[in-house]
Amino acid sequence: MITQRVKFYQTDTFTAGSRLVDMESRSVQANMERTNSLNSGHRACQGCGEALGARYAIDAAMHATDNKIIAVNATGCLEVFSTPYPETSWQIAWIHSLFGNAAAVASGVAEALAVKGDTETRVIAQGGDGGTTDIGFGCLSGMFERNDDVLYICYDNQGYMNTGVQRSSATPPTARTATTMPVGPEPGNVFGTGKDVPRIAMAHDIPYVATATVANLKDLEAKVKKAMSFRGARYIHIFVPCPLGWGSQTYDTIRLARLVVECGLFPLYEAEYGEVIRVIPIRRQVPVEEYLKPQRRFAHLFGKKGNPETIAKLQVMADKNIQKYGLLKKGGEDE
Amino acid sequence: MLQQVEGSHGIAEAVALCRPEVISAYPITPQTHIVEDLGAMVKRGDLGNARFMTVESEFGAMSAAIGSSATGARTYTATSSQGMLFMAEAVYNASGLGLPIVMTVGNRAIGAPINIWNDHTDSMSMRDSGWIQLYAQSNQEALDLHIQAFRLAEAVSCPVMVCVDGFILTHAYERVDIPEQKQVDEYLPSFQPRQVLDPNRPISIGAMVGPEAFTEVRYLEHHKQLEALKIIPTLQKEFHEKFGRDSGGLVSGYRTEDADTLIVALGSVNGTIQDVVDEMREDGVLIGSVSICSFRPFPLAALREVLKKAKRVIMLEKSFAVGLGGVVDPNIRMTLRGISKPIYNIIAGLGGRAITKKSLHEVFDKAIKDELEGTHFLDLQWDIVNKEIEREKQQPRSGPIAENILRDIGSVASDIA
Ligand SMILES: Cc1ncc(C[n+]2csc(CCOP(=O)(O)OP(=O)(O)O)c2C)c(N)n1
Ligand code: SF4
Ligand SMILES: [Mg+2]
Repeated sequence: MITQRVKFYQTDTFTAGSRLVDMESRSVQANMERTNSLNSGHRACQGCGEALGARYAIDAAMHATDNKIIAVNATGCLEVFSTPYPETSWQIAWIHSLFGNAAAVASGVAEALAVKGDTETRVIAQGGDGGTTDIGFGCLSGMFERNDDVLYICYDNQGYMNTGVQRSSATPPTARTATTMPVGPEPGNVFGTGKDVPRIAMAHDIPYVATATVANLKDLEAKVKKAMSFRGARYIHIFVPCPLGWGSQTYDTIRLARLVVECGLFPLYEAEYGEVIRVIPIRRQVPVEEYLKPQRRFAHLFGKKGNPETIAKLQVMADKNIQKYGLLKKGGEDE
Repeated sequence: MLQQVEGSHGIAEAVALCRPEVISAYPITPQTHIVEDLGAMVKRGDLGNARFMTVESEFGAMSAAIGSSATGARTYTATSSQGMLFMAEAVYNASGLGLPIVMTVGNRAIGAPINIWNDHTDSMSMRDSGWIQLYAQSNQEALDLHIQAFRLAEAVSCPVMVCVDGFILTHAYERVDIPEQKQVDEYLPSFQPRQVLDPNRPISIGAMVGPEAFTEVRYLEHHKQLEALKIIPTLQKEFHEKFGRDSGGLVSGYRTEDADTLIVALGSVNGTIQDVVDEMREDGVLIGSVSICSFRPFPLAALREVLKKAKRVIMLEKSFAVGLGGVVDPNIRMTLRGISKPIYNIIAGLGGRAITKKSLHEVFDKAIKDELEGTHFLDLQWDIVNKEIEREKQQPRSGPIAENILRDIGSVASDIA
């Protein structure tokens, strides 16, 4: 009898896919024993990518360390929606101090563990893009530079969501935020600004840097697991759509996180000691419009008063990424 | 053991004797020598496993201290001046989280104009932060207070600042008695916190607390300090028993018994004041002085007890609330609430201006004759000030004050334009 192997591209993202792989290769999320580090009942908006990303990442880290995690959280949506006194969603040892100091607090935790000779417990610092790329940047760079034994995870929803969707240095060009309104000759956030923190992290020559999205669960988990196999400073930048801030449908969170990769605007890669060692190739590049259109923060680029030139500029950015990271390399399909 | 050492070195030795586990610090004059010494001790392995963190800023220093203390490690840091302000947000956070961090403040002025010399503006800027603040009169007391501070901080789960006059104490070489390790170990038990970050007993620390419980949390913070008011004298007593010296306590009086006039001050200036008191006593003046060691918690009752019988009180302070007057002065008025007597406020020693016996003599004489204005600026150069005020009237909107003075004297490059 002639059989044909069925190839599931997204095994584990979907429940059905999960059941088709052996226990070992299943995702942590597919495992009934997962810690559920960020438990249900928190106050995140429906479809919140950050809530999803945090649970994926911390569950994976718990899995990789035999549940020996202490997490330090920056102020922001994740902190606010997870710990309204007297409740908490966290099933792990967790501390929130300030908006801009998560990396430094985590360094202090790591040093305290070191004094006490505890080599099992591992430390994670986490924050939003604002807490990471802007106000917490000094502490973050210090933690990297000292190579403190901390994994820092940035949940990038491209703006200050907790305070009502203002621009951060991770807000993309043209995006509407409360401080970059779609008015005037250059509507939305301006071009030529912003900070590429994963690359800045790499410039510190730290052991491990990776980018990930909530759309690719297996990849995200693998990166967290890998990060936990290193000692020293590590950084993972996770793309997490925010339906409220972006004006997107709550059911589109995963789709947008997939499209941002497939159009080239958010390259997925891993770097060790300052060198990119692996990228996730794009099977089929989609035009940036497909990613932009479902989001109201880009609405001024479409419709009657559409703005094809601006879209073309964003396409150039996406193409540049594809070029720079070799995302469409031949033979990469079977990654 | 008696040793002739720099104040900073004595403090470093005292901190080392307290077996700190994590030390984080960012350099700023005049705090540097303290942390340099500790850094060397850690590097040599003198402090066992202890870690010394060279962080990227004071904000990072206090933040790392927060993380380490919350993980159950005895934690120390030190700062001064601009550094104090740079870490301000984390200072409030540490006390709000009830973390018994001990911090030395090498007291120094705050700019602009930038100034490295001593006054109390830096620690006073954090007077309401929820930290306990102890002020040292001498190098010996600076050293001793650190040993008491760790015990106090851990007893009430509240961070403690030990405030030490920059240069005057930190950089002065004096003979101090450095205790034996065994004595300190007996006085200061190991740190055993009730709540720590521990994966085996996970808790969430630092939740968002709304109006329903915020006032209670704040009140309980206040209550801790009220408890500290009781504990501080006990620690002083036990310290005396163990080490044979009087250090710390809430307030300490000098020749107060029959005094008509009492001068109140914080920190090292008490030494100069006591000399002046001695001299004036020789001339038959009934004068004495009181040093406030514990500024937070503020010892309302203890101080009232000392001050109530005096005919007048002079609050001499190295801090200044621009737009009001003294910073400590209103605390004295609260202390004497309901008791009517003249209270004079002298602002002195700002930015390191020497406080001389001669000037103190003059100003105390004036106060005794009840001829002093309510807020007096010791040795203020009125000629310069009045000239500037006059000029400002002619030509307002002129920006930086120090540069205005220099421009008018004609001694700056600003003349180039
Ligand atoms: C020092 C300080 N400045 C400003 C704020 C106000 N603030 C709280 S959360 C936040 C935005 C957080 O944005 P981000 O880090 O991107 O996290 P998000 O809410 O988007 O997940 C801001 C501006 C603060 N808490 N502390
Ligand atoms: S505003 Fe955005 S990031 Fe914040 S909880 Fe809602 S969806 Fe999540
Ligand atoms: Mg954000």
